[in-house]
Amino acid sequence: MKPAAFEYFAPTSTAEAVRLLGEYADDAKILAGGQSLVPLMNMRLAKPAVLIDVNPVAELDYIRLDDGHLAVGAITRQRALERAAEVAARVPLIRETLLLLGHAQIRNRGTIGGNVAHADPASELPATLVALGGELKLAGPSGERIVRPEDFYLTFLTTTLEPAEMLVETRFRLPQGRHGGAFEEISRRHGDYAIVGVGVQLELADDGSIARAGIGMCGAGATPIKATEAEDLLRGQRPSEALFAEAAVKASEQADPEADIHATADYRRDMVRVLTARGLRKALARANG
Amino acid sequence: MQQPVRRKKQAITLRVNGVERDGLVEPRRLLCDFIREDLGLTGTHVGCEHGICGACTVLVNGAAVRSCLLFAIQADGCEIMTVEGLARGGELHPLQEAFWENHGLQCGFCTPGVLMAAYEFLRDNPNPTEREVRENAAGNLCRCTGYHGIIQSVLAAAEKLRAEREGQPSAAS
Repeated sequence: MKPAAFEYFAPTSTAEAVRLLGEYADDAKILAGGQSLVPLMNMRLAKPAVLIDVNPVAELDYIRLDDGHLAVGAITRQRALERAAEVAARVPLIRETLLLLGHAQIRNRGTIGGNVAHADPASELPATLVALGGELKLAGPSGERIVRPEDFYLTFLTTTLEPAEMLVETRFRLPQGRHGGAFEEISRRHGDYAIVGVGVQLELADDGSIARAGIGMCGAGATPIKATEAEDLLRGQRPSEALFAEAAVKASEQADPEADIHATADYRRDMVRVLTARGLRKALARANG
Repeated sequence: MQQPVRRKKQAITLRVNGVERDGLVEPRRLLCDFIREDLGLTGTHVGCEHGICGACTVLVNGAAVRSCLLFAIQADGCEIMTVEGLARGGELHPLQEAFWENHGLQCGFCTPGVLMAAYEFLRDNPNPTEREVRENAAGNLCRCTGYHGIIQSVLAAAEKLRAEREGQPSAAS
């Protein structure tokens, strides 16, 4: 239960990290918070020949409000985002999500970029990213590019990152006007990965109707899933129990869960329905409150 | 393409419980193993070695972390606090006293990790609710106590520490 030997680099700039990734490509893994990678290495399920430790890349540790988005550098610790005043003020859904993510010790080291790029389908933060909307900034040998979350996640633990590319910034769209969000999840114990989780963000128009609804699910498929049909149903409508129930059903129809030791596919699909409805109710109460 | 050089040792220096210590380690040397085997500080325990149980919890630059998920070279230049650093010149830390008085441990294997996690928790949250103490305790696995003693101990320690801060003797002591 000790990791296999590897060569270790600790670049201090994004450019250097990208250069190293280009040089070692398929032999290298990026080490960020290590909360997902190092367990795999300790169990020898992962044996990278080269580890590129990006923790010293200070220029990737930031939280900024930028052009209608919360822009978070890849190395930013989950704890820092959890405690950031801008998050509490402008997009509390992110804080609520992060408090469900593991435990304090994990969030003290775990990074936003690492979690988003690891693409575990049971991970809560990608579901919230998908619910809020946003963008991902990737850096590689040919420069930077922006990708939407729906184009970033391919399948289990797989994104569209090229071998020599790294995620440098996660941009969460800031909700506008009167807004409220909620993250509902089912897990066996507090801090576990979600069996199923749903992130909801509502933005209300002045007349109280729904200007925008964002719904993202985790544990409901091979990637985080955006409940686009439920969102379309909600947009422009006056909130009501009946509407929320219908939207919840639509969301569960877009879920594509697997069965595993924790739950059957049917259970997960049904929980998407239950959690979406709960999330919508809570989000509305917070938008109005 | 150059072949990776995997076993070259690196020199590191860190402050552990206020004392400067150094080492020469392969990159893959885990911090928990460095602390235990290279530094001889066996208070930090190794349980699962994959980040689930929390027995290996130490503070690195003031943050509670799972030391089985950090490589020792990553801690170069850092301040480390282990369970051996809790006692104050031979006197038990109020946390340790509280665990003693409230049966916060049985076999003691999880206890160093529980103490270090609680240390950070109470530092940042000096007046927690029981619910908050429970949520924090979820980060450490204990097979013996059923957590009741742990929760009572952390709440008692919180009271002792608050009283200490205010310069009063505490009802919990």
